[in-house]
Parts: sequence; structure tokens; C-alpha cells
Amino acid sequence: MEKFEKMTAIAAPMPLINIDTDMIIPKQFLKTIKRSGLGVSAFHEMRYHMDGTENPEFVLNQDAYRNANILVAGDNFGCGSSREHAPWALLDFGVRCVISTSFADIFYNNCFKNGILPVIVTDEELNLLMQDAEKGSNARMVIDLESQLIKTSDGQIINFDVDQHRKHCLINGLDDIGLTMEKVASIDMFEKQMATNAPWV
Amino acid sequence: MAPKTLYDKIWDAHVAHQGDDGTCLLYIDRHLVHEVTSPQAFEGLRMSGRKVRAPEKTIAVPDHNVPTTLDRLKGIDNEESRIQVEALDKNAREFGVVYYPVDDIRQGIVHIIGPEQGWTLPGMTIVCGDSHTATHGAFGALAHGIGTSEVEHVLATQTLIQKKSKNMRVEITGKLSKGVTAKDITLAVIGETGTAGGTGYVIEYCGEAIRSLSMEGRMTICNMAIEGGARAGLIAPDEITFNYCEGRPNAPTGRLWNAAVKYWRTLFSDDKAHFDKTITLKGEDIAPVVTWGTSPEDVLPITAIVPAAKDFNGGKVNAAQRSLDYMGLTPGTPLQDVEIDAVFIGSCTNGRIEDLRAAAEIVKGKKVQDGLIAMVVPGSGLVRLQAEEEGLAEIFKQAGFEWRLAGCSMCLGMNPDQLGPQVRCASTSNRNFEGRQGRGSRTHLMSPAMAAAAAVTGKLTDVRELM
Repeated sequence: MEKFEKMTAIAAPMPLINIDTDMIIPKQFLKTIKRSGLGVSAFHEMRYHMDGTENPEFVLNQDAYRNANILVAGDNFGCGSSREHAPWALLDFGVRCVISTSFADIFYNNCFKNGILPVIVTDEELNLLMQDAEKGSNARMVIDLESQLIKTSDGQIINFDVDQHRKHCLINGLDDIGLTMEKVASIDMFEKQMATNAPWV
Repeated sequence: MAPKTLYDKIWDAHVAHQGDDGTCLLYIDRHLVHEVTSPQAFEGLRMSGRKVRAPEKTIAVPDHNVPTTLDRLKGIDNEESRIQVEALDKNAREFGVVYYPVDDIRQGIVHIIGPEQGWTLPGMTIVCGDSHTATHGAFGALAHGIGTSEVEHVLATQTLIQKKSKNMRVEITGKLSKGVTAKDITLAVIGETGTAGGTGYVIEYCGEAIRSLSMEGRMTICNMAIEGGARAGLIAPDEITFNYCEGRPNAPTGRLWNAAVKYWRTLFSDDKAHFDKTITLKGEDIAPVVTWGTSPEDVLPITAIVPAAKDFNGGKVNAAQRSLDYMGLTPGTPLQDVEIDAVFIGSCTNGRIEDLRAAAEIVKGKKVQDGLIAMVVPGSGLVRLQAEEEGLAEIFKQAGFEWRLAGCSMCLGMNPDQLGPQVRCASTSNRNFEGRQGRGSRTHLMSPAMAAAAAVTGKLTDVRELM
């Protein structure tokens, strides 16, 4: 997993609430057996017309936001299906940070496994960041995970919380499986106890 | 000892390791696997030279991509779908996990066959790369969806890195009125809490109306816990649960069965156990419901009218307007005047035998309206077989429904069962998201009885008028 370093980037505003993972990456793109190449299909039904041409009204089709690396989105982002194809598609598009007032649980987990930082802010903070994102490509937002802060283009600072274990893994690009494998003795022990306590499992 | 919730008890019994910051390694008793969210995980194992730690606790089945037409054994036309199913076949055999291939009578939707085969038992931890894993919570098992990276983690270590969620209690008191089913309860709860209302929680459903449900009904309730944003839904096991499990192919027998039941009887929330949030609905107040919009929280009684965007607050105003535009609905229209083009009965929410019985009861001796697309897709090969033995299949066929083979079918449109743009469907599935059943398609969620009623009249219908 790629390390998450301090980033200064364009943020795209997506004020819609309940952006579900079917919207982020529709079902027809789940048939892949790879993780890569989904960026071109991200937000497919909002991004392209039926004939395959771009919908100019969609934010990521506007010149100011084609290179956005941050999304500022409405409440309950990533709800619905567990498909990890959603963060894969965002990552492949170039998104490394999503900011919202809340995230669906599975999507939130999936982000951390792929080097994407999901940041939870208050309603007031989201309004401020949404306004900042609407300024377009001249307005760069700073995401500093080490210091747990967002800096708007005009220098306002918003602090955020993040689980320390997840922060550590993200900053160092650590693979969970490798970390868990170091605790294999605990798993062995647990299985032995289970064989006695709950042999029907 | 401090009183514990059911969730606390199952959690505590599965912590294999706890870090200083409260991060736990939770041991996983059953890992269900399907073809869509697993290929990258198996490939990851291969790349790093890892094995599946507990292949005997890993159960694989293809369901999302498989066609449901009777000729499906001739192969899958869509190349990507075929490759994905073939990849599961190869991975299941190479890594030696339990496997139900597409030509096995036991094949079906992963969340239907887990319980049916007795893999799902009370007190277990169960995961699957699929959000509707919440279904298995109906047995008093802690069950939830995971992403593909976590699928790989569970395959390799049989554990998951987790932090504990909060406890929420959803109580449905009293009795249900005529025509009201588990699907109406679970939709009504989401209508009440919203799709983010459960975020950060595990929900325990309780109360007389829940206790009186069959296992099939309880599975429908827990299946949609995820639609309310919860990590998992739970229902404490009882005699109904034990009776369902006893004699299933992978359930324990003899002395082990007795020992298991003795333990399972301890799986309930203690008096005075702490819940961070409680919601109570009266069973009598719940009516047969349908969804009108593109979020499962857009729930109304069938007797209501289509709402207007201005009826809502905050971010929901724009979302509601977007939904109305997408669904092609005019505010003020009685829901019962909305004409439909298609009916889908099936899915992991409502593809069990009881669901098919409820639908057949309404359809019996009647005809599907001319011109409707109408299909019944049993959740497993065994459900299909049982429905044929009970004469339900014949009722559906006589009425004009297509009688299909088991799979996820039109719930999500990864297989040939898809709807065209602006086609309006009365569906027993779980998501009415934009494009879910096919790009531009319009989904109204409801119970099997309500969908059957819609098939007969050609519009959204109050099933009580046909009972």
C-alpha cells in the first residue's frame, strides 16, 4: 500500500447526500478480477451519458476538477454495497482523501486498506470546506494526516480525529496481514481453546 | 459481572488478541465467499505464497453472475462474468475450501445457503465480502460484510482487525396487522432511522413482533440492517432458531448438539445491559410499505401519496428532488396509482420458501397483468425444489411468472436479468439505488406479498385488498 503523505491538492465538491457505492462504481465494472483500471469508470452513470459521452454538468468532468485528489461530499458517503471496487475506482482516478460528515462503515474500512484517508467533519466544517472546494482549481486544500488537520485555501485550519492504529498504517503504508501474522501464536492459542470450549464450531 | 448485551457476549467470546489501543483480532468462525469480491483476495494469497488458514470454515459459491435461465449449464455468454465464475471455481479447488459449484443442487445465494446447509449457527462470527452478510444475524451470530482486502486477511489469518461498535436496540412491540410482514418491519425501521441511523452500531432486534417471526422472517429483518447503516443486526436465538438448525447437514449432532444448545441458551442480552440507543415501534402501527425514492429510507405506507421535495429538510431536499426526477414520480400522486412494468420476487432478502409461499398465496388462481416482466427466482436450488414439491412453482407458472434457477438475479443486474431505462419494478430486493437493477431502471422495494399483488393488478397495490 502506498504511504499517505501530506498532500496539497484540488478538492471537488459533491454536495449530494447518500452517495452509494453503486453510484461510485456500478455493477457492470465489478466483473473484473483485478484491482486496477477502474478510475475511468468511477461515478459512471453520473459522469457519462447513455451514448458514452461525458456529462459536462458532472463535477469531475469540469476542467477545474479533472485533477482533483480530494472529494468533499454530503453525509453518509459510501453507503450500500461492500464492494472494495469503490475505493479502488476512486484511487485509480487519483482520489486520496474523502471528506464528509459521515461514512458508511464498510466503505470507511475499505478506504484505509487502500491508502485513502476518509475524514469526518462537522456540518459547519463541511459547509466551509464545500465552499472552499467550489472555488475551483486555484484553491488548493492541504491534508496533513501527521498533524490531523485540513488547511483551506485561505488558511483556515480544521482538526480531525483518526484512529491511531489506522493512522500509523496509512502513514507507513503497512499491510494489515503482515501485522496480524506477527500475532499468529495468539490465533493458534485461540483455536486450541475453541476446540475445547465450542467443539461444534 | 457487569450485564452484557448479546453483541458483547459474542464479541468477548471471539477476541483472539487485544492491543493497547483497544484494536482487537476477532476470530472468524465462518467465512462465506462469492465470485465477485474474492478473485483479488485469492490472487493476493498466491502472490505472497500464503494459504487459506481454515479451508474447512470457508464456504464458496457463485451467485451474483450466474444466469437464472434453465439453459445456464451450457455456459455463461458474458465473457467477464464467465471468467469471474471460472476464477472462483479454480480458487476454490486450488485452496481446498468448501464449494458449491453452479451445477450443484445446493447452489444458491450465499446468504440463503449458509443457513440452509447449517454453516450458520448461533453465537458464531460470520463474514463475507458482501454487505448482506448481516442476514446471518437472525441466528444470534455476529455477521457482517467486509471488503476484499479483509477477505484476503480472513483467508490468511481467520481473523479480522476490529474495533467494537456501539449497541443499539430496536424493539418491535405487539402483534403485526394483516398483510404486514418482516419486510415491512425492516423497511419501516429504516424509514424511521434513516440509512445512516445505524452507522457505528450493531442492532439487536427484539420485542414480541420479532420473537413471533419464523427464521425466514428474521433473516429478512437482519438482511437489511446494513441498509440502515448498522454493522450488523442480531436476534437472540430461541426454540425457533434451534428447531431450524437441528438436522441441517453441517449442524452438530448428538452430544455436541446438546452442548451447543446449552451454550446457545446463554446468548441473550442481560437485564440492565447497556444500549447506547433504543428505538421502539409498535407492531400494530406498521402498515404494508413501499419505497418511492432511490434510498431505502424513502419508505411510505402503500396508502400514502408521493411526497414533494419541500416535505424534507437539509440535504434531503435536493436528494428527494433527484429521486423524484429519477423515479419519474409526481408529488401528490397516490402510490396505488403508480403503474409498474416488472415484478421481481427473489434475492437474499426475500428468496426463501416462506417468501415464495406468501407470494403464491396472493397469486393463486390469478393472472399476471399482460405485458409485465414477471419472474420468481428462488434463493437456492433446494428452495426451488421445495417450492416445486409444494406446488408453488405451478401456481407461479400458471399465473404467468417465469420460474427461474437460483441466483442473485435482478437484485443487482450483474447477470443477464436486468431492467432497461425507466422500467419500473416492484421488487422484493434490498436496494432501490439509481441504476441498481439496470441503468435508469426504477425500483420500488416491498414484501413478496406486495410484489405479488402488484403483478396481479399492474400497479403498486395494497395487498390487504387481495386477501
